[in-house]
Amino acid sequence: MTMQWKLVCKQSDLVKGAGVAAMVNGQQVALFYVPEAESQIFAISNWDPFGKANVLSRGLVAHLQGEWTVASPLYKQHFVLSSGKCLEDDVTIPSWQAKLEGENVYIAES
Amino acid sequence: MSANSPLSTKKPRLVVVGNGMVGHHFVEQIIEKGGHENFHITVFGEEPHLAYDRVHLSEYFTGKGAADLAMTDGTLYDDNGVQYFTNSLVTEIDRDNKQLLLQSGDSVSYDKLVLATGSYPFVPPIPGHKRDNTFVYRTLEDLDDIRDCAKQVSKGTVVGGGLLGLEAANALKNLGLETSVVEFAPRLMPVQLDEKGGSVLKEMIEGLDVTVYTDTATQEIVDGESSFHRMNFADGTHLETDLILFSAGIRPQDALAKQSGLEMGERGGITINNNCQTSDENVYAIGECALWNNSIYGLVAPGYTMAKAAAGHLLGDESISFTGADMSTKLKLLGCDVGSIGDAHAKSQGCKVFVYQDEIQQSYRKMVVSEDGQKLLGAVLVGDNSFYDTLLQYYLNAMDLPEQPQSLILPAMDGAPAALGADALPATASICSCHNVTKQDISDAVANGAMSVGDVKGITKAATGCGGCAALLKNVVDNELLSLGVEVSTDICEHFAFTRQDLYNIIKIEEIKSFAELLEKHGKGHGCEICKPAVGSILASVWNEYVLKKEHIVLQDTNDRFLGNMQKDGTYSIVPRIPGGEITPEKLIVLGEVAKEYKLYTKITGGQRIDLFGATLPQLPEIWTKLVNAGFETGQAYGKSLRTVKSCVGSTWCRFGVDDSMTMAVDLENRYKGLRSPHKIKFAVSGCTRECAEAQSKDIGVIATEGGWNLYVCGNGGMKPRHGDLFATDLDRETLIKYIDRVLMFYTKTADRLQRTSVWMDGLEGGLEYLQEVVIEDKLGMCSELDAAMDYVVDTFQCEWKTTLEDPEALKTFRQFVNYDGEDENVVFVEERDQIRPATEEEKQNLIAKVG
Ligand SMILES: Cc1cc2nc3c(=O)[nH]c(=O)nc-3n(C[C@H](O)[C@H](O)[C@H](O)COP(=O)(O)OP(=O)(O)OC[C@H]3O[C@@H](n4cnc5c(N)ncnc54)[C@H](O)[C@@H]3O)c2cc1C
Repeated sequence: MTMQWKLVCKQSDLVKGAGVAAMVNGQQVALFYVPEAESQIFAISNWDPFGKANVLSRGLVAHLQGEWTVASPLYKQHFVLSSGKCLEDDVTIPSWQAKLEGENVYIAES
Repeated sequence: MSANSPLSTKKPRLVVVGNGMVGHHFVEQIIEKGGHENFHITVFGEEPHLAYDRVHLSEYFTGKGAADLAMTDGTLYDDNGVQYFTNSLVTEIDRDNKQLLLQSGDSVSYDKLVLATGSYPFVPPIPGHKRDNTFVYRTLEDLDDIRDCAKQVSKGTVVGGGLLGLEAANALKNLGLETSVVEFAPRLMPVQLDEKGGSVLKEMIEGLDVTVYTDTATQEIVDGESSFHRMNFADGTHLETDLILFSAGIRPQDALAKQSGLEMGERGGITINNNCQTSDENVYAIGECALWNNSIYGLVAPGYTMAKAAAGHLLGDESISFTGADMSTKLKLLGCDVGSIGDAHAKSQGCKVFVYQDEIQQSYRKMVVSEDGQKLLGAVLVGDNSFYDTLLQYYLNAMDLPEQPQSLILPAMDGAPAALGADALPATASICSCHNVTKQDISDAVANGAMSVGDVKGITKAATGCGGCAALLKNVVDNELLSLGVEVSTDICEHFAFTRQDLYNIIKIEEIKSFAELLEKHGKGHGCEICKPAVGSILASVWNEYVLKKEHIVLQDTNDRFLGNMQKDGTYSIVPRIPGGEITPEKLIVLGEVAKEYKLYTKITGGQRIDLFGATLPQLPEIWTKLVNAGFETGQAYGKSLRTVKSCVGSTWCRFGVDDSMTMAVDLENRYKGLRSPHKIKFAVSGCTRECAEAQSKDIGVIATEGGWNLYVCGNGGMKPRHGDLFATDLDRETLIKYIDRVLMFYTKTADRLQRTSVWMDGLEGGLEYLQEVVIEDKLGMCSELDAAMDYVVDTFQCEWKTTLEDPEALKTFRQFVNYDGEDENVVFVEERDQIRPATEEEKQNLIAKVG
């Protein structure tokens, strides 16, 4: 299956070292721009399954034991940005591949 | 009287005579052991109040009321069926018929009797000792009388230069009297100090404008010429004074024992055995009225041990007994440190002495050691009590002295005395003598899961009495945790091997202005949700830059990043600043209009402000534009910073108000509103001691008094309430603000991340006294630095919302979605009591079902 890349926004819409929210195909996505990370852009679901609210894009980016994560602003669980895996509990939230090409930010539709 | 009515149950009657500190502790102990099930308990006390904290009696003059000093409000007694009668003097014991006679004429029978009658002040029978304006210092009523008299006069004299006499002299001085002390013995504190120690203390006290006469016998007291009294001394000189306070020692209150023929000591005191029984096995005596092994114990801790022993014995538990107590003491008298341990007078056979004296710093230390130099037998300290704890442990535990014992009293060359490591102490070492907690008790608590000093305090009560052992306790707890392999890492997180305090100092000294720079120079990795906001807060405390500046934005928790308080559904609440809770009708209307326009849920907060709930991310800048235009500033309810200064209307409106608390509150709020701190800070200002603003439960509390402002620090409401400590009294406005500046800056500089002032204070080695030394006496020589730091913060204040509204880059981040104009569909409100609230999950399901 070939990967379909969907243009979401411009690089200038992102905040370095933090997240923003985007709406992709009716789904809320949290986009993180981490220039120090190899992939630079991460996309996970904006939905916090513990707090039951769309807030993950507003969490703090934390680099823990070599992994890039976001700490939920509600109850502070960590989600790995590349996989959506929660570090505190046996939960994984949706995640997507994302890339920066020139000025454009894309995520993979699957 | 109901105590006289026949009993419906057949429980034996236990009667306690005297409801002072020890009598009360006895009742507590009996109840704790379930003894109220076995006995019908009745308590008689002569004083009009139930038991109160006599040890801290002097605080009655510095802001505490009778209710603050009370040890019970009677609830404990009522709840456990203990009958009690105040204002009830017992005048006779009829031991043959097991009956008591009261002054009221009633009689009461007993099966077991406990005498806890304490002691009374000895007044030397000098001719004239009963004149008007002569007092003693023992009860709340005594202090009321002294205060009334002091208001009318200008000179006061204490007869007696012992421990209590000097405490009383301090009280007279605080009441504004020109104060003298007259001591019969050749030196001050003759019981605890040696000659040299007494003379150093005398010099220090004279330096504080208290005139001291030693070796002086008063022959008579007659009418004065310039003052109310004239005291004629044996050597022909005299002293004119208006008020005389006798504090020439205490005598056991043993009148009932004498009347009923119980065995007594030659010089008074009711003789007891190790179970605290008197010569009549049904009668116990405890506290200051009791004589054990020919000694009276004039301190509260031995009295508590007696109470425990007597309660145990009455309930058939012989494991606890009273076998004497250590009378070592450390205290601060008129601001001077004094300590006395064991054989202070070097009377033990063959003992040897080390002495150190420094006439410039005014301190004196003596160590008495055994003939072979192996054990510490006693010590005297004047001027610096930091040596006390270590010496006391060597003494109490009979530990072998180090090779160079003199090091224990010599000043360490880097300033700090060589403290005894906690691991060197034996398991039996007594850590807290007020509550009789040993090192073993602490090990047990830690082994059972206590993880911090706070936990251990809660379980063992250690350091909750006089608090003198707090530093030692921390030492022991840390050591125990360490030995259990619990790592007491003080690193803030995996990215910085430093404490918050270290980071503060690094940022300040190296003038570091950004997280990236700090990480590069002193950290590793890329930071996390612990270190980022902590560093963000320190940078703001030190440099006070706009928190949403590009390089700081990623450091901020969501609340700080969007300058609002995130609620459970991802919406925000908005709290504009309303300094002191004072608001014009015009501004109130603006709040109402904005809330109405945006359909916000509106609630008055505990801090006298108005909280508007339910704003979405994109609404925040719109709403704030309106608020800023109407003259509001951010209330920083989202930040770790000053929240509110709660207040009452004070003397402006209130008929009881003593000073203008409203102006003070508004000014304080405006002064400190920009300070970023380790945790949130709350203030309150009350216009009189009725304390309607509840200042004593705040981080900073200010209460108007006749003489100025009283300052309380480090109080807390919330989960673990803590009364603020009275930091200083009767301050003028300028000094008040200076002290608050310094306390807050010292806290900001030294506290751990997310540590409230109350916890910070509990962990501060040396506690309140230490903080006073730092702030008032500039012990660390850093007051000018603290002052400058606060001035900088005050001068560079900016309203973050105003700055944000002027910054298009910052505004951009308030979009709900970067690529879509819609709203978050998960944010759903329903109505309740005519306002919105977030819908529950179930309500959301139902709504979707209806729509779909
Ligand atoms: C100003 C001051 C400061 C002090 N500071 C310290 C300190 O820092 N550290 C320390 O350890 N100790 C200190 N003490 C001493 C401490 O207060 C006493 O050791 C303690 O209060 C003794 O308790 P008690 O119950 O034996 O006696 P008290 O507290 O005196 O109680 C005895 C009670 O019995 C009542 N009573 C007596 N006779 C009768 C009767 N016949 N019928 C009914 N009631 C009767 C009395 O009215 C009194 O209320 C201080 C004392 C004072 C006055």
